[in-house]
Amino acid sequence: MAHDAVAPASSGTSEMVRSATSESRLARYGLIALSLAFVGLFLVLPLAIVFTEALRKGPGAFFEAIADPETWAAIRLTLLVAAIAVPLNLVFGIAAAWAIAKFEFKGKAFLTTLIDLPFSVSPVISGLVFVLLFGSHSLLGPWLSSHGIKVLFAVPGIVLATVFVTFPFVARELIPLMQEQGTSDEEAALSLGASGWQTFWYVTLPNIKWGLLYGVLLCNARAMGEFGAVSVVSGHIRGMTNTMPLQVEILYNEYNFIGAFAVATLLALLALVTLVIKSLLEFKFSAQIAAARKH
Amino acid sequence: MTISLPQRWQFRQPSVIPGFGLALGVTLSWLILVILIPLSGLAWRSSTLGWSTFWTLATDQRTLNALKISFGTAFLAALANVVFGVLLAWVLVRYRFFGRRVIDAMVDLPFALPTAVAGIALTTLYAPNGWIGSLLTPLGLKVAFTPLGIVFALIFVGLPFVVRTVQPIMEEIDREVEEAAATLGATRFQTVSRVLLPGLAPAVLTGFALAFARGVGEYGSVIFIAGNLPYVSEIAPLLIVIRLEEFNYPAATAIAAVMLIISFVMLLVINSIQAWSRRRYGYGA
Repeated sequence: MAHDAVAPASSGTSEMVRSATSESRLARYGLIALSLAFVGLFLVLPLAIVFTEALRKGPGAFFEAIADPETWAAIRLTLLVAAIAVPLNLVFGIAAAWAIAKFEFKGKAFLTTLIDLPFSVSPVISGLVFVLLFGSHSLLGPWLSSHGIKVLFAVPGIVLATVFVTFPFVARELIPLMQEQGTSDEEAALSLGASGWQTFWYVTLPNIKWGLLYGVLLCNARAMGEFGAVSVVSGHIRGMTNTMPLQVEILYNEYNFIGAFAVATLLALLALVTLVIKSLLEFKFSAQIAAARKH
Repeated sequence: MTISLPQRWQFRQPSVIPGFGLALGVTLSWLILVILIPLSGLAWRSSTLGWSTFWTLATDQRTLNALKISFGTAFLAALANVVFGVLLAWVLVRYRFFGRRVIDAMVDLPFALPTAVAGIALTTLYAPNGWIGSLLTPLGLKVAFTPLGIVFALIFVGLPFVVRTVQPIMEEIDREVEEAAATLGATRFQTVSRVLLPGLAPAVLTGFALAFARGVGEYGSVIFIAGNLPYVSEIAPLLIVIRLEEFNYPAATAIAAVMLIISFVMLLVINSIQAWSRRRYGYGA
């Protein structure tokens, strides 16, 4: 591990000369070591143990656990739920960012607060509100069951809870980015005769594509990994309404640790891919992403 | 073109950009349908309970203990995250060392890793026979299946909130302030602790509030490591789930309502402290 602090004085000259605006070498190394220890203990080890536990009995047991039909059903359901929830919140996010970033209107701050609401609600409560809305004791419950519509303990409920939880992700990434970019590009396009949709497709969308991709990635990671909200509405019907995180819980509680960690590896890989793409985006398009980070 | 009519109340300022109606329409209908109707259902349900029933349910000893544990552990974890989050942000912003980019990327892991995965991983690590647990047991320290385990899980979950709010503000700090402090004879420690850190207070407070709010409601990562002993290590979200499984909807609704009210009041208090300290010290804002 090395090296100099980012102080003007320490760049060219010897490291022995300490700039007045940086710490002593001992303090620097100490602080770096402390943070490395913390990151190692709290972030790296939990990630590492997912893979070692899954492979504890060798790759054979690992693949056997993955090939279990219930696990496959969980994977399919998770992909289906994300495939519905993410595009819905993508369209919403773009619409919300367009209205909030490109226009000045009364109640804008309040609207932004409302969009952030799901972030401050416990996932369990996010699931509970749908149980109260669609459950057998609710107003809608008897009507739904008499018409043979199943929302709770079925795929629609899981999708609704996931949409609720992932609601702010895309909008939250796009709003600061589009606010920073302003409206001059769009005004230029419009004055040159472009229609509204043309302006959006050829001017706005290329400007926001990296921020949009980042928002979609985060939204997708949360949609596939959501546990609390989905757990409340799913009913845990094996092979039917179990998503991957719920399958992890069930296998773990049955002391099938290889199985639980095998499914967990897939989710951890999803997280790693998300992080790698995010870092690449930040590295290549730091200026564009930086605007989105300041919220 | 539009002629401005200064006396009239306007919902929005005129603009040549099209699509306001469509964008706001989509936003509002989606917001009302997905968020507001379900949440108002919760409010309506708790209001139909009646005040005395609500009070009896909310002050049940097991509920009180669960709330105390949820808010207490979330508070401790958010405090720990302030210490380590500011340290990490400082190291990432100020120092260049091998592996810095990897560490920077790793900080977002708790955002990306599903909470259930984090939960079983931390439990396996800190269980008495786990990699870390087996080192701590001889010292008489039990983490897994105790309230301390809850704190550890919430530290994991809340860390990125503090780092990611403090880091961009730290990057913007004007170096001249530090140089001024140094020329006036402050030691480096004094400069950092008396000049730099107070200016970061609003950002740190935001990070604290976000980590705290997330910790109070956290479920997936906690239930595996907590041990879930009623009155001792049972968190409020878990008690909601238990009441739901008993089909005791009034109790579940009451706990949820109390959690939402407390969180809301706390965020309100933190927001006003923040506004005050931003006026008093803040950078950037």
